[in-house]
Amino acid sequence: MREITYAQASTEALQEEFRRNAKAVHMSTDIPIELQEEFGEERVRRTPISESAFVGASIGLAGSGFTAVADIRMATFGFVAMDQMVNQMAKITYMFGGQAKFPILLRMAIGAGISMAAQHSISPYSMYMNVPGLKIILPSTAYDVKGLLKTAVRDPNPVISFEHSALAPVKGKVPEEEYTIPFGKADIKRGGEDVTVVALSKMVYEALAVADEMERQGISCEVIDPRTLVPLDRDTIKNSVSRTGRLVVVDEACQTCGAAAEILSMVVEDDGLFSKLKASPKRVCGLDVPIPYSPPMERYVIPDQKKIRAAISKVMQKE
Amino acid sequence: MYRTMLTIRRFEERASKEYRSRSGTVPGLVHSYIGQEAIAVGVCFSLRKDDCIVSNHRGHGHLISKGADIRRMMAEIFGKRTGYCKGKGGSMHIADFGIGILGANGIVAAGLPIATGAALAAHLEGKNRIAVVFFGDGACQEGEFQESLNLASIWKLPIIYACENNMYGVNTLATYAIAGGDIPRRAAAYDMPVRSVNGNDVVAVREATSEVVAQVRAGGGPSFVEYKTYRWHPHFEDDSIPDLRPKEEIEAWKEKCPIVFLERRLIEAGIVTEQELAEINNQVMEQIEDAVRYAAESPLPKPEDALEDIFST
Repeated sequence: MREITYAQASTEALQEEFRRNAKAVHMSTDIPIELQEEFGEERVRRTPISESAFVGASIGLAGSGFTAVADIRMATFGFVAMDQMVNQMAKITYMFGGQAKFPILLRMAIGAGISMAAQHSISPYSMYMNVPGLKIILPSTAYDVKGLLKTAVRDPNPVISFEHSALAPVKGKVPEEEYTIPFGKADIKRGGEDVTVVALSKMVYEALAVADEMERQGISCEVIDPRTLVPLDRDTIKNSVSRTGRLVVVDEACQTCGAAAEILSMVVEDDGLFSKLKASPKRVCGLDVPIPYSPPMERYVIPDQKKIRAAISKVMQKE
Repeated sequence: MYRTMLTIRRFEERASKEYRSRSGTVPGLVHSYIGQEAIAVGVCFSLRKDDCIVSNHRGHGHLISKGADIRRMMAEIFGKRTGYCKGKGGSMHIADFGIGILGANGIVAAGLPIATGAALAAHLEGKNRIAVVFFGDGACQEGEFQESLNLASIWKLPIIYACENNMYGVNTLATYAIAGGDIPRRAAAYDMPVRSVNGNDVVAVREATSEVVAQVRAGGGPSFVEYKTYRWHPHFEDDSIPDLRPKEEIEAWKEKCPIVFLERRLIEAGIVTEQELAEINNQVMEQIEDAVRYAAESPLPKPEDALEDIFST
């Protein structure tokens, strides 16, 4: 099968969906050139740096029978449009009693690791998980980003895609044939028997690297990528933990009130699962600080393979 | 137009009475449109059925003028299952997408970007539809106001920014809050035609708005209209925020009642008699009572209905 980058896969997804849906419109301050060349300036629109205006315009457009795609670029810029995302987009279907559909895809780049400092590095998806009415996807591979973005464009609801900046050049196998990936379906990136490792976004790669290494030490890790946080595939995670009895969740985002906390709670609150736990579950998350600029500090505050290894070893100690 | 203005007036009086009776029929907030009726009516009567509007927290007048069903509106305000939003929205969040009402909005200025998007949809469809967004003087100090006017201007979108300047944002004078004190001048900076109209004269509102609608529909890009008016009631139908506006000022504006103003004109012109106006009033009162009856007799939602409509399928 051919290999293409995450960035190419996401472009392909939009190209295919824009061909399929003549009412799909794209707005962003940085124009995706391939899209504009194919679909023209009316459908692929350059916006001023006015996040509230173009995120809000996405809502009006979607409520008028169009499909809106808006690329906010850095997730930190998204906070400028918080009213439109949280007060408007998330609530509008509900507040109006479901009388209209709002097919909107917002894309935001997340993550740290390249010395962009605090105002250009953040992984804020758990904040949005706390706002009912938004679907949240977190694709980690070229295959996943293509399939999930295609599903997102077809979904009649607001969807936010959080895409790690560091993944753009990462290549992966992507079939030539058309496919979509349903929301709420986790992907078991690697099967295993001893420990369930749930990893989010770029941390999937770190978790897989550690799992390979652990295998050589006789520890079998099952690495699960939820792929979508809302809806969250609770069953796949629970089924895995019921077999392994051990859970480690790896997330680059700050630990407090994060997605990892939600996944842990879901497991320990389950009476059937609680009794099957062989060790207390662990989180490996970003430290609760803004992302610092200088590389030694930045490396220190985001999870790495060493921390993941330590957490897995810890849950394996208690038999 | 007279009948619709009177319907708004009586609707608001009745909703206010229900709220203030504390009988529990109206559980949440109600922001009264009384005093501003000429604007909603004059603007909406200048529009086509397929044009769309975006309203705000003081929205009942806009909705009635655009053709919303007052029974379903009252039922929504009563929190009933038969309401426009099945009781999920209440007074501030009534919408009827079927007749181009893209929703009222509880956040000041938040409707402007949404309406700008609706105007983009109208532009892309190419059917000469237009969008109108209603907002107050208070919204002009929000960032979303600046961003929306700018975006609509550079894209030449078919939208009218309809600013109802009722002189106060809650209790804050517009002349205090607005640098330079002049809202149209600010809108003009975004390179669009601006006008300022007496918002208590429905004929003037309609004449001016119809001209603006024609320009916008013909592809002239966005336009801004300031409608000067005054709200008779406090910010909302509750005394938890005291009304600090001068009593004499409120009374002076009641003398400029848009409905009485129109009645005088209609009678002076010999178009109607006092008796005919009284008859219209009786008919309107009956419709309002019918809406209240409908709302009162409608079933409340089931508690677990709260879990529906988070997502569309």
